[in-house]
Amino acid sequence: MRAKTAAMAVMGICTFYFLVPIWWLFVGATKSRGDFSNSAPLWFADFHLGQNLSELFHYRDGVFLRWLGNSVVYTGGAALLGTLLAAMCGYALAKYRFPGRELLFTVVLGGVLVPATALALPLFLIFSRLEATDTFWSVFLPSLVNPFGVYLARIYATASVPDELLEAARLDGSGEVRTFFTVSSKLMFPALVTIFLFHFVAVWNNFLLPLIMLGNERLFPVTLGLYSWNTQVNQLPELRMLVLTGALVSIVPLVVAFLLLQRFWRSGLGSGAVK
Amino acid sequence: MKKLAIALLASSLALTACSAKADETDEATGCAASKSPVSLTFTSWIPKIEEVVKVWNDKHPNVQVKVQTGPNGNGGTYQNFFNQLKAGNAPDLGQIEYDALPSFRVQDGLTNLADCKPVADAKDQFVDWTWNQVTFGEQNSVYGVPQDAGPMALFYRKDLFAKAGIPVPTTWEEYAAAAVKVKAAGGYITNFSQSDINQFAGLAWQAGGRWFGNDGSKWTVNLQDEATTKVANYWQDLITKKLVSAVPPWTTEWDNAYNKGQAWTWVSAVWGANSIASGAPDTSGKWAVAPMPQWTSGGKVAGNWGGSSTAVFKGSKHPYEAAEFAIWLNTSQEALTLLNQGANLYPATKAGATLPALSKGVDFYGGQKIYDVFAEASTQVTPDFTWGPTMTSTYATASDGFKAAVSGSGTLLDALKKAQTSTIENLKSQSIPVAE
Repeated sequence: MRAKTAAMAVMGICTFYFLVPIWWLFVGATKSRGDFSNSAPLWFADFHLGQNLSELFHYRDGVFLRWLGNSVVYTGGAALLGTLLAAMCGYALAKYRFPGRELLFTVVLGGVLVPATALALPLFLIFSRLEATDTFWSVFLPSLVNPFGVYLARIYATASVPDELLEAARLDGSGEVRTFFTVSSKLMFPALVTIFLFHFVAVWNNFLLPLIMLGNERLFPVTLGLYSWNTQVNQLPELRMLVLTGALVSIVPLVVAFLLLQRFWRSGLGSGAVK
Repeated sequence: MKKLAIALLASSLALTACSAKADETDEATGCAASKSPVSLTFTSWIPKIEEVVKVWNDKHPNVQVKVQTGPNGNGGTYQNFFNQLKAGNAPDLGQIEYDALPSFRVQDGLTNLADCKPVADAKDQFVDWTWNQVTFGEQNSVYGVPQDAGPMALFYRKDLFAKAGIPVPTTWEEYAAAAVKVKAAGGYITNFSQSDINQFAGLAWQAGGRWFGNDGSKWTVNLQDEATTKVANYWQDLITKKLVSAVPPWTTEWDNAYNKGQAWTWVSAVWGANSIASGAPDTSGKWAVAPMPQWTSGGKVAGNWGGSSTAVFKGSKHPYEAAEFAIWLNTSQEALTLLNQGANLYPATKAGATLPALSKGVDFYGGQKIYDVFAEASTQVTPDFTWGPTMTSTYATASDGFKAAVSGSGTLLDALKKAQTSTIENLKSQSIPVAE
């Protein structure tokens, strides 16, 4: 009993520790600018969230909404397509035997170790050569690549897609592509959700690539947009409340994605244990 | 983020240094007007800049300017400029603060506009010291068009000073004496900016400190010259005696200290007027502006904090039109008014000081015509202050040392000494010649 209490206490402290910044953000975003610097940081003053939101969405012709939309397209699109590519690649590495398979896998593993930050500048130079910087594609295409996803997909496919099942499918006359989409991908689903979530968060937070590639404000993802506002706070202090409210709004899609997907994720992780 | 940016900066500086030679042939093209319609790209992070550019575009169908934007210079845009210069797709024009201009010059990233007629003709319209910032004091070189300036003055709490019966300091000696009385009255005379070295640079500039010099072949670095040492010791004394607070600048805590009357003065630039007004709204009507304290009684010398230029990058195919646009942006009453309204920019032109918006009394400052003080300060900034080519890293080292000094380990002078050593190393590592 005592051990349980102690564990709960530790959990409670951790939860508190993780939630305080979000609480601060939420409280901060509900304040007027004067109250923000004057009142207690962790408790409400006059409730201004409505005004702050309306100001945020109207500032500069609603550019913030556009950024949010961009982020959703960059992130959702890249995570979906990236997961698909990673799954196909990982599955192929797990289930097909071909020369150079291990070498390919080693290269992919090596890719996990190269930080995205280090790749941003070479990518910029490549896209410059193609005269494709400052376009949607300059951020979207590099975001599709996800070596860690390939790794996860391969491990999971090896463990969860039985060769016998694939053979049965082949005997029944199903083509490889059809087998992948109708049989294998379903078995790999929990892994796919994990890959999707990881990828989603990674792209959502990828900041340096858009920073380097984009000059057109209308193409910014929300992270870069808020950052560029934040660097102007010295010049235009009124932006501070917009940055704060914007930050609060910008975490909503992430929270939604996690809440919607954690179900699949959890059931997948557990299903192996009871078999 | 800062460290990363510096690392990236350093690496790409090295890269640009290698590729710089290839562009030298462009030098001879001169600066002639184009016969066909021109389209230019301009990168700036000034809020509402696109509204100003739209006015130009409406009037000049043959020279259309497209605005690109991003975070402020040190927040990533300078790094982008260097990357773009290396990739050969830099915009035609870019906003560059005075302290960053030499680094672009050293990397051969700027077009010399001295031969561009619009620029040569407009020279006399600019305040002398701002012009010096873009020419580096050399003949036949103009590496940008001055945009805004940050002449400094003393913001102070009129009400608190009056109530405590403390005279408003006119010299630094009086300022230190006032600091003691303010402390006794339960406040701090000011907040020492522990991480923003630019304010300290402005103070050193006023005192006659000259951190960098360039004789055409070699750079000299002297962050601890006599004047700077004097300024550093002065503030060190206030810090040691705990007469100044040390809240990190540009934070809500910092706003709060002003809003609650815990800090009574701020020696800051003209744009600081807006920082106080929006950061400390409860103190409306209680502030006033006086000239900066002087080192010698009756002196009339001001420092400068901030300011930027509009530069034309190397590789621009239309330097003439780019120069024409830059001059319009920074001299026409219309553009200057919009820049002032949209982003609180204080013009670098002599005539700019007479903008209608800058000759009115300001309610927040009890109706005082505060811009008159800055207009005068602007004429009192000494012209020959030069920035070095690696300011980002100089600031970073100095700022680390300043933070340490404020927390009681080391002194401001130690910090400057360290910054000097690291700056020289940094210059050498980029093969920029240094005289020692």
